[in-house]
Amino acid sequence: MEGTVFKYGDNVDTDVIIPARYCTSFHKEELAPHCLEDLDATFVNRVNKGDIIVGGRNFGCGSSRENAPLAILGAGVGAVVAESFARIFYRNSINVGLPIFECPEAVRAARESDRLRIDINKGEITNLTSGGSYTASPFPARIREIIDVGGFEEYVRRRLSEQQP
Amino acid sequence: MSQTIAQKIFACHAGKDKVEVDELVFAKLDMVLGTDVTVPLSVEVFRRMGAKEVFDPKKVVLVNDHFVPAKDLAAAGLSKTMREFAKEMGVFNYFEVGRSGICHVLLPDEGLVKPGDLIVGADSHTCTYGALGAFSTGIGSTDMAAAWAIGELWFRVPATIKVEVNGDLPEWVGGKDVALFIIGQLGVEGALYKTLEFTGNAISNLSMDGRFTLCNMAIEAGGKAGIVPPDKKTAEFMAQFPEIHYEPLLSDPDAEFIEEHVFDVSDLKLQVAKPYLPSNAVGVDEVKGIKVDQVVLGSCTNGRLSDYQMAADAMKGRSVHPDTRLIVIPSTRDVYLELLDSGLAEVFTEAGAVIGPPTCGPCIGGHMGILAENEVGLYTTNRNFVGRNGHPSSQVFLAGTAVAGATAVAGEIAHPDDI
Ligand code: SF4
Repeated sequence: MEGTVFKYGDNVDTDVIIPARYCTSFHKEELAPHCLEDLDATFVNRVNKGDIIVGGRNFGCGSSRENAPLAILGAGVGAVVAESFARIFYRNSINVGLPIFECPEAVRAARESDRLRIDINKGEITNLTSGGSYTASPFPARIREIIDVGGFEEYVRRRLSEQQP
Repeated sequence: MSQTIAQKIFACHAGKDKVEVDELVFAKLDMVLGTDVTVPLSVEVFRRMGAKEVFDPKKVVLVNDHFVPAKDLAAAGLSKTMREFAKEMGVFNYFEVGRSGICHVLLPDEGLVKPGDLIVGADSHTCTYGALGAFSTGIGSTDMAAAWAIGELWFRVPATIKVEVNGDLPEWVGGKDVALFIIGQLGVEGALYKTLEFTGNAISNLSMDGRFTLCNMAIEAGGKAGIVPPDKKTAEFMAQFPEIHYEPLLSDPDAEFIEEHVFDVSDLKLQVAKPYLPSNAVGVDEVKGIKVDQVVLGSCTNGRLSDYQMAADAMKGRSVHPDTRLIVIPSTRDVYLELLDSGLAEVFTEAGAVIGPPTCGPCIGGHMGILAENEVGLYTTNRNFVGRNGHPSSQVFLAGTAVAGATAVAGEIAHPDDI
């Protein structure tokens, strides 16, 4: 995956990712036009498919709304790289299939509009503009297993179908 | 091996004798909470999972609170989806508009949580129930669908930060001030992925209402949960539900804490968190005199009778300032009735406040009092992020109810002693 960096600061919260006034919908196509609206009103017009949001610490803090990673996915974003993620956002991202990477070094080195290449499976992040390369913290093994079967929804589906032969 | 309360709760819900910090466990759930905002997506995911029934209709609770009474067509659709799902699944604890209220006040008051429970809710302030010595935490909609389907979820056992709070709280100072002060000290990510365990004589002396407010705001420090070890006050609260049996769990004396903080609150000033983070806490003196367009009293933080009483006391029989609006939201039907019985409903109404129905409303910028461009609010709610309560240029200061009452009268941020 390769994309252009949109860089933001610390504590990008779920209220700016997708304000509650739009959360009467949970379909990513309907959420997408308002993604990051209160933080960067030009974002949705500038973002291209596969681009990468780079955030600081505590990305996605605030509410439990799964609408947040869905809005980001809907906007066409390929991945989010941050120094750290708020825990509910972290779970929700895994659950909706938004690739997220915790990698403070890559964040510090990345500047707005840099090009990044990410090997999703290995968590390897290359900054094509500056030439640096970095490795994101790996997912714990049990979470990796869930991601590998295709996400938590699929994991539960398999478990239920095993119970009801 | 010595264990914290959090470890003990995870161990017994994962069928183990003990668990290590950072261990990933699948743990059984005692209660799964959803609201009108988060349930409809879960219903869709639940069906896609191929699930036919919820794991236990008595352990699912569905609450109409965020956008009710339906603020628009879309919101009406959300509640309708939840209502139909509740019927279809035979969900025991479905709370309809009129009998409902803000979930985090409603659940403890309905006897749906108890010490030692493991609770999840598709709402980030689910951490409130730690006030009763439960481990409760927020999740998203896919996790909730999974929880309904299989009755368990994966968790990483969190490390615990011990926060010892000592000293007698000064006049007017309450749970909200302690919460804002601690968040100010730890920062909005100071407890990321961790549990906050609150101890010390200030916590023992804190009322149950104050404890709910304190634990409610653990998430504002990034915490996975906030817990007050169950004690005499917990037992008194639980005594309203004689049919509920529980075993209070406490951290072992030599349990390992990843960090320990000790604070003395004997001289704590009334706290106000400036926009746009709950951690921007300062003493009220530093922000006194800032003009306020709207004061909101209520939410799942500070939504109990003692909170409204404190606000009324701070108003000292005076009217709401002509340039300020005061919106009072009783958090549940029972609290509404208490406002009526105690005469507070009349006091607020005569003072020029408007009393809304139990709902999240303005706390989430949903309805019932949205801030216009550049307006300033002082809210007893728990979050003041950009755009949360209305226009992105609006600003919200967070405070306890004493400052809220005084501010409503003064029309600018004020200490009750200034009135
Ligand atoms: S009152 Fe506010 S913080 Fe509490 S559940 Fe409702 S929206 Fe969330």
